[in-house]
Amino acid sequence: MAQLSLNQIEKVYPNGFKAVHGVDLEVRDGEFMVFVGPSGCAKSTLLRMIAGLESISGGEMRIGNRVVNGLAPKQRGIAMVFQNYALYPHMTVYDNLAFGLRLAGTKKAEVDQRVRQAAQLLEMEHLLERHPRQLSGGQAQRVAVGRAIVKKPEVFLFDEPLSNLDAKLRASMRVRLTDLHRTLREAGQPATVVYVTHDQVEAMTMGERICVLKEGVIQQVDTPTALYRQPANAFVASFIGSPEMNIHAAQLQAQGGGIAVLLGGVALPLPEAKAQRLGRRDGEIRFGLRPEHISAAPRNAGDSFAVPGTLRTLEHMGNEVFVHFDIGTVPMTARVPSDELHGLQDLPRGAAHAFHLQMDCCHLFDADSGVNLLL
Amino acid sequence: MNARSFPLPRYLALFTVAVLMLYPLLWLVGASFKGNAEIFSEVGFWPSRFDFGAYAKGWKTSSEYTFATYFLNSFAIVVPRIVVTVISCVLVAYAFARFEFFGKKLLFGVMVATMMLPLIVLRLPQYLMFKQLGWLDTYLPIILPSAFATDTFFVFMLVQFLRGIPRDMEEAAMIDGCNALQLLWHIIVPLLKPAIISVVVFQFIWTMNDFMGPLIYLASVEKYPVSLALKMSIGATEEVEWANVIAISVVALVPSVLVFFAAQRHFIEGAASSGIKG
Repeated sequence: MAQLSLNQIEKVYPNGFKAVHGVDLEVRDGEFMVFVGPSGCAKSTLLRMIAGLESISGGEMRIGNRVVNGLAPKQRGIAMVFQNYALYPHMTVYDNLAFGLRLAGTKKAEVDQRVRQAAQLLEMEHLLERHPRQLSGGQAQRVAVGRAIVKKPEVFLFDEPLSNLDAKLRASMRVRLTDLHRTLREAGQPATVVYVTHDQVEAMTMGERICVLKEGVIQQVDTPTALYRQPANAFVASFIGSPEMNIHAAQLQAQGGGIAVLLGGVALPLPEAKAQRLGRRDGEIRFGLRPEHISAAPRNAGDSFAVPGTLRTLEHMGNEVFVHFDIGTVPMTARVPSDELHGLQDLPRGAAHAFHLQMDCCHLFDADSGVNLLL
Repeated sequence: MNARSFPLPRYLALFTVAVLMLYPLLWLVGASFKGNAEIFSEVGFWPSRFDFGAYAKGWKTSSEYTFATYFLNSFAIVVPRIVVTVISCVLVAYAFARFEFFGKKLLFGVMVATMMLPLIVLRLPQYLMFKQLGWLDTYLPIILPSAFATDTFFVFMLVQFLRGIPRDMEEAAMIDGCNALQLLWHIIVPLLKPAIISVVVFQFIWTMNDFMGPLIYLASVEKYPVSLALKMSIGATEEVEWANVIAISVVALVPSVLVFFAAQRHFIEGAASSGIKG
């Protein structure tokens, strides 16, 4: 257990391509940090740089109090779980777990004790004598995690470890890994974890803090709730949350004493609190509203604003329905509990309906930079 | 393919081809029981009698040594040569497949180019060199060049095989604390096992069958390997008892055949196991 700090970390490939642009990040001792972003955002590269599998072109990286820039992977006190597990096929599960300890010259009795302890923790004592080819995907995954745990590293690195599992197993492994992190913390050996994923659901459910990356630049580092409620920019806003936030070009205009947002030919009045925080009163912006902040009927709290829309399609999810409709020519998505449809399900395609927008939950982003204007 | 619905014609065709390919071998075994007259007059391979006398006589040879000596000589060449071939070729292939170094592409190209070189071109300079070293009439000229990965075909084969193995396991092992040599020994060599076994098999068969090398470098009969001894048993002066020569040819084939069949299992076992889920 140790904290991990990245200071102006850069990665430039020999062909001149700059993959990581001066990343600054502190991962606290015992923290579960998730790197998330679309493919090609350099999240895996960054992780491999922490692991020592990729060289660091610039900046300073510390694990604990040591600068590790020039250190070999084995000297960094890290353990890594790979996307395809990377178990050694010619060794039994036991030997897979024990391999690193034996290389380090650990005494036989201690190797045995640590391997069995890890196996017990992951409920895989019965797998110890098997070879990797005799394991299912989920079992191989557990062995890969076990191989990291036995080493008692200062930092755990996970590189999309669940992406090869089917959806159901992925969900249960998610809980298992989170559980494991808690268990280790309660057992007095908190594990600092850096977990890479492209799946925002994994990021939101597992991370204590999330680092959102895009093209080698950190967009925002914060708790899941903060990322969801106060996204730093339009990219983070659209990346976090499912279905995606509705984000569209709009214009600001003065209306009465306040400000309205002109979207698809409809003027949406901006709540007083938001209007005050906004530094401008007109011009181009991007308007964002999460699907769950649009409902089919007026809210009881009375804080919604009715907008005429044209119905396109409904997607039934069981407990909720994704409603796709247009405001003027602007496509919008609403996420409505299935018992609050208020007859929407019986309307034909193209029917007019008044949708209710919760304007005090809206986000306004700069039209060019995408920066959140209300923070 | 509709061949699946007509298994009989397919098997018949395969059987015919197999017999055609195997017939010389069957004939060889049959002829080892025949007398000179029968060998040259009968078409069929089935002998009229089973007389193992030719095997006994062939084994004794006309020289002062039995074939036991020649077989031991052959193994004294083959075994060390295989050992040095495997070690040198794996090391060189590992370097080409996994490390970046100056001039790598050029060196690899040069190495592959030497495969095109007719071996006969090298004979004279090599002979003169080994003569200067005083190594004539020893096994060194036959074994030692292989210690420098000169069997470039094997290097090429191993490099191709290694390129097909994902690096994740090596990266995992690096994090587990392996240095480059430990990586080679604990991870690469076990993964390369199927390819290494093919190197062993090919080198065994090729060296067992090598005639030119021993012919050029070995002078004393007591050092002859099987391939040379076989030729020697076809005497120049007296009339040849062909059955003896043929019988010992059959025996000479046995080691290569055994090695091949012993290795076959490992090819399949090695190819089927992988720790990577794709």
